[in-house]
Amino acid sequence: MDEIFFQMRGIVKQYPLGDEVSTVLKDVDLDVQQGEYLSVLGPSGSGKSTLMNIIGCLDLPTSGEYILRGQSVEDMDEKELAHIRRREIGFIFQNSQMLQRMDAMKNVELPLIYAGVRPRERARRAEEMLVKVGLKDRLHHYPNQLSGGQQQRVAIARALVTRPALLLADEPTGALDQATGRQIMALFNDLNQDGHTIIMITHDINIARYARRVVNIVDGVLTEAPGEVTFA
Amino acid sequence: MIHPIRSLVAGVSMFRESLSMAIANIAANKLRSFLTILGIMIGVTAVIALITTISGVSASISDSFTSMGAGSLTVSTPGSDLKSGLSSADLDDIAALDNVQGVTPSVSLSVKAARNGVTESGLSVSGVNEFYFVNKPDTVESGRAINPIDIEDMSRVCLIGRDVMDSFFYGVNPIGQTIYLNAMRFTVVGILAENTDSSIASILSGSADILMPYTTAMKINGQSLIGGITVYMSDADASDSVKADLEEHLDALFSFEDDTYTITTMDSIESTMDSMLSMMSALLAGIASIALVVGGIGIMNMMLTSVTERTVEIGLKKAIGAEPGQIQIQFLIESFLLSMIGGVTGVVLGLIVSALMCSVMGTTFAISYGAIALGVGFSAAVGIIFGWSPARKASKLSPIDALRRM
Repeated sequence: MDEIFFQMRGIVKQYPLGDEVSTVLKDVDLDVQQGEYLSVLGPSGSGKSTLMNIIGCLDLPTSGEYILRGQSVEDMDEKELAHIRRREIGFIFQNSQMLQRMDAMKNVELPLIYAGVRPRERARRAEEMLVKVGLKDRLHHYPNQLSGGQQQRVAIARALVTRPALLLADEPTGALDQATGRQIMALFNDLNQDGHTIIMITHDINIARYARRVVNIVDGVLTEAPGEVTFA
Repeated sequence: MIHPIRSLVAGVSMFRESLSMAIANIAANKLRSFLTILGIMIGVTAVIALITTISGVSASISDSFTSMGAGSLTVSTPGSDLKSGLSSADLDDIAALDNVQGVTPSVSLSVKAARNGVTESGLSVSGVNEFYFVNKPDTVESGRAINPIDIEDMSRVCLIGRDVMDSFFYGVNPIGQTIYLNAMRFTVVGILAENTDSSIASILSGSADILMPYTTAMKINGQSLIGGITVYMSDADASDSVKADLEEHLDALFSFEDDTYTITTMDSIESTMDSMLSMMSALLAGIASIALVVGGIGIMNMMLTSVTERTVEIGLKKAIGAEPGQIQIQFLIESFLLSMIGGVTGVVLGLIVSALMCSVMGTTFAISYGAIALGVGFSAAVGIIFGWSPARKASKLSPIDALRRM
């Protein structure tokens, strides 16, 4: 349980902003253990999305060290990053993340297609995941035939189908009503019980509280939040 | 490392998925896809139709040249100041050369004909010798041909064609009857067979309304020497040696002066014609291929729009593990497919159009596999070349920028 999952040391991310340089992440240190359930809580513009992109290997830090499962992510090219994402990370985004011209099964199979899994094996694993997220009778529905909560479940199934070590969720309930949001959070809890490492990015303290550990990010500075944190 | 066979299987499966995604995307924008394809389709149709039609025309021309007698030489003899043409004796000498079957003089003139108050001017007359009829045995429908005695005697005899017969001898058998040509009394000795050959060669060579002994024709014309002859060879392959013999003979006749004669072989006319046609066909195909380039630009435009529209989709695919190369392949397959649909439709349409053209022009329709390969190959190339940059653009999209649009 206490095996280290990733380690961030002195992560800095800067973007050019006109003539000046905007520093979005300031010297972030963050360690995550295998099997943890972590919330990154911050208001919009705090740098939490940038942090998610770096954790998810969608982006590289300007400086600092990021070691994911013993591998240093620096100096990786686009293709290697794609491989890391495919192997280690399942992404869940806020909304409109199903591909419209594909049914639920095909959407879930997509990561396996890129990973080169054979068709029969793909279908088996996709179906297994959709059953797991409670969409047993929605396998061949298209996005426009599914509710927001059901679409989010498809996205979760798609994130899980490659059996990633980390589930990375950006405002996973942002587009959902409260009741549906609670169901999704219950599903996350179950997944964490099953041993999945989960990192959830949110601006909503009530959602953040579902996690076992919460960190705050404000103006690019990350702090551990032992107690409850509220925003003005 | 990944096992090579497994990675091959994965590659094939990946390709199949990309193909079905491409088909779905093309089908999702039917009208737009159709309009995009149209450019390529028109281009390929034009290229195929032009090449096939022209090759049909060219085949029929070369056929009719062969039937006209590839085994003959046309000699034009303006002659020198001293000797401005050939005499009858010269003709006999040339006819006696090795591998020469016979010689016909080319004497043509235009006459005014009159009989029983009916007149008609501008009738074409060919002055011929007896060998003319040996070479074209089907010329005489009824009556007799012109014989050596007619030529010797400059007899006023003639053979007339259908049109002349209808104008002057309606309801009368013209053989043995009299007709006045340029106010001279001629006896009709034969009727020419109707020329049923509508080939291009026969149109080119023309056919005279009236035939008469060439000596008689020269007399009417007031000329004493012959300005041109056609030499028929007994062996078509001996063209070069006959030509050399002829040159030697004519050089001697015209005292080795320059520009006293020209020898044209049918082969040389045919090859000139052929090269003209193939130049024309290359030129037209070149013009038509501009349509292909325009079509390619259309495809590029659609693909660029498509990349912009699908930014979120591309970002999502990248986030779930698609490599840049996999994204690029998917877009490339899509543009390739678009172009190929246009190309194949164009080939089919082009063949239909050229079959219609051939049947209208009366030439033989032959499927040109070269043209099909050109059309299909060109459209494949257009799809890849013009799809390359949009596909590259898609593959280079940063997943973060793409997802930010969500």
